Amino acid sequence: MAKNEHDKHPRYMLIFLWLAILTAIEIGVAIPEYSIVIKAILLIGLACGKAFLVAAYFMHLKLEKRTLSVIVIIPFLICVFLVIMLMPDLTTDTRHNAIEKPAEKVVESTPH
Amino acid sequence: MEQATTLNHTEDVYEPSLTPDSLGKLGMWIFLIGDTMSFGALLAVYAALRAGAGVIGWVPPSEILGINLTAFMTFLLICSSVTMVKSLESIQKGNVSRMCTFLGLTILGGVIFLGLQVYEWTHLIKHGLTLTEIPHHSLSGAAISGSTLFGPTFYAITGFHGLHVTGGVIYLIVILIHGLRGRYTAEFNHEVEIVGLYWHFVDLIWIMVFTFIYLL
Repeated sequence: MAKNEHDKHPRYMLIFLWLAILTAIEIGVAIPEYSIVIKAILLIGLACGKAFLVAAYFMHLKLEKRTLSVIVIIPFLICVFLVIMLMPDLTTDTRHNAIEKPAEKVVESTPH
Repeated sequence: MEQATTLNHTEDVYEPSLTPDSLGKLGMWIFLIGDTMSFGALLAVYAALRAGAGVIGWVPPSEILGINLTAFMTFLLICSSVTMVKSLESIQKGNVSRMCTFLGLTILGGVIFLGLQVYEWTHLIKHGLTLTEIPHHSLSGAAISGSTLFGPTFYAITGFHGLHVTGGVIYLIVILIHGLRGRYTAEFNHEVEIVGLYWHFVDLIWIMVFTFIYLL
């Protein structure tokens, strides 16, 4: 755990300031109209930065054993995996293919 | 000297036994990890439905939802997280009255957040965002159309988070009552740390909800 009083209580107001700045940047990034992919990358990156600050300093993960950090990060990775695995099944192309092409394929592949 | 070496060796080999303090903290972490999966599943479904909206389309949330209010709500939760850590810091230094003041401010932050969420929901329902429909006009007055699944996913995710905030406020009130009765000292304060973990988690999840639902 903490080595001394300063380690035990990081500069919370500094963390607060960073969180406020990152929130302001997020809004600045979100309002203009441009590529949704770039916007998503920027916004998710900023959100992960804010989440890290909260978990590391407010939840004191930085002061805990590293094992706990590893355990905590696993569900986040699983959630990312979950999104990636759901995407191919629900994208527009795969839906259209499923609706438009199966009948033709069945006819073609049926032996005479 | 020999005894000291033996003790050090034992500490290296074995994890220390769980104490009532660390057991409670571990329990909260396990709960939070499970809760992360619940929110993760909800956000994943939202992302998948949005990606799959295809021909019907998904109305950009910024055309229905106001960002200014929710940006303020985000700022409010961040402030309440700061008052929460300040509360823990105070009791670890043995200052009970300061701890109670900061806990009270944290509760106030949570209550204002919930009030603003009720206001936002009421406004959105009046504007036409329900479980089965989306509004016909955007905030700027332009005609819009898209998947009606936005409503149920929006209310499910923000509602689930709102329930967590409600639970957190009740939990904080219980801890505040204990604090006012003199239960916590500089040596005995792990319950304040545990409620803090829960409250910061609620803040952390809102950071993600704000990004995925309101900003993207």
